Amino acid sequence: MRAHLLMLADSRLPAGGHAHSGGLEPAVTAGAVASVADLADFLHGRLHTAGLVASALAAAACAHAPGGADWSGLDAEADARTPSPAQRTASRAQGKSLLRAARATWPHPVLDGLRVPVPAGAPRAPHHPLVLGAAAHAIGCAPLDAASVAAYGAVTGPASAAVRLLGLDPMAVQRALAELAGDVDEVAREAAAHAEKDWAELPAVSAPALDLWAEEHLRADLRLFES
Amino acid sequence: MGGYHGPDRHHAAPKPGRPMRLGIGGPVGSGKTALTAALCKVLKDELDLAVVTNDIYTTEDADFLRRNAVLDDERIMAVRTGCCPHTAIRDDISANLDAVEDLEERHGNLELVIVESGGDNLTATFSQGLVDLQIFVLDVSGGDKVPRKGGPGVTASDLLVINKTDLAPLVGADLGVMDRDSAKVREGRPVIFSSIREEPDVPKIADWVRTSVHAFLHH
Repeated sequence: MRAHLLMLADSRLPAGGHAHSGGLEPAVTAGAVASVADLADFLHGRLHTAGLVASALAAAACAHAPGGADWSGLDAEADARTPSPAQRTASRAQGKSLLRAARATWPHPVLDGLRVPVPAGAPRAPHHPLVLGAAAHAIGCAPLDAASVAAYGAVTGPASAAVRLLGLDPMAVQRALAELAGDVDEVAREAAAHAEKDWAELPAVSAPALDLWAEEHLRADLRLFES
Repeated sequence: MGGYHGPDRHHAAPKPGRPMRLGIGGPVGSGKTALTAALCKVLKDELDLAVVTNDIYTTEDADFLRRNAVLDDERIMAVRTGCCPHTAIRDDISANLDAVEDLEERHGNLELVIVESGGDNLTATFSQGLVDLQIFVLDVSGGDKVPRKGGPGVTASDLLVINKTDLAPLVGADLGVMDRDSAKVREGRPVIFSSIREEPDVPKIADWVRTSVHAFLHH
C-alpha cells in the first residue's frame, strides 16, 4: 500500500501535471515571483489556501468512495470553491488525465463509476481532488493519505514549474520545499479532519490573486503552461 | 519456454476503429510545421484529417495552420507542454491523448490525426501509447553529421525526413554522407530527402503517409 501511495504522489505518474504550473507562470509574468525566496512565499500562500481546499476535497472524496455512487454533490462543492473559470477548467482537465492514468494503473470499480455531469465545453471529468481521493481509496489508502498527496502536490507542482521557468537552483528549491514539509503535514491533518463532516463545512479559503492571475493567464501572448 | 510452433494462425487484425495517429517530431526549425501544413494541403481532400500541435511557446503553430487556411479551426487543437515538449509526447502523453480523443469524438469519421511535437532534441521520440507511426524531421543546415550521431529520433522513427536540401550547398552539407549514415543506423527504414520550399506538395512524403494510413485502416 505504501508503494502504491508513493506512485500516486509521484510526478512521474503520467497524469498531465507537468503542463500545469498551479498559477506560478502568471505570477512570474506579473513579477511576483523571481527568486527562491519569492517562490517560498508563493508556495506557503498557495498551500494554506488552494492547497487546503484541494486537500480537504481529496480527503472527503476518499471517505466518500466506499459507498460513493453519486459524486455530483462533492463536485459541486469543488466548483463553488473555485471561482475562476480558468482554474475550474484546469482542475477538470487534470482530473480527466489523472482518472485515465488511475484507471489504467489500478483497475477498480470506484474509478470505473467515477463520473459527474459537467457544464457544456468543460473537460468531461470530476475535479482533480475528487479523482485523487477516489484513487487513494482504490489503492487502499485513508483520507489522510489522500489529503497528504493533495497538499504535497499543491506545492511540488508549482515548485517544479519555477525550476523550469526561472532556472532557479533546484537544490535551493528542494530546500524551500523541505522547509514547508511541516506545513504540508499540518494542512493535510486539518483537511483530513473534515473528511467525514458535512461537505458544506469543508474549508473554503480563497486566494484572490491566484484566481485573477489564472484568468489573466488565458489572455497572455506567451504561455508555456496550461494553467 | 515452449513457443508455439504449429501452423500460423495469424489473422488480419480487426479494424482498429479509430484513425491512424501520426507523430511528426524533430529539432527546432527543421520544418515540422511546414511539413504538417503541406501534408494537410495535399491530403485534406482525400483523407478526413485533424491536427494536434504542441508548441513550447504560444499557439503559434496552430495559428500558422489556421492562417494558411489549411484546415478548419475545429480540426486543430493546441496543447501546451510546460517547457517540456518531449515529456508531452513520451513520458506523460495524457494532454495529447485528451486532444486526440476530443478530435476523434468531434469528427466521427477521421482517418488520420497528426500530432506535431514542439521542437526538441535528437532524443525526443513519441510514445507508442500516443502514435502508431512517427516521422522525424531533420534539416541539412544542422550539419551533415547529425544522422551519424543517431539518437532515437534518427534511428527508430518510421520515416526520416531530411529537409531543406536546397540549403545543402550553402552550408556545406554533403547529402551523400547523410544518406549513407542514416541508412547505416536505420536498418532499412525509409529516408526521404526533401525541400518543402522547392516542392511544396511533398509528393514522396505524402505517398508514404497515404500508404501508411491505408495499411492501418484496412489491415
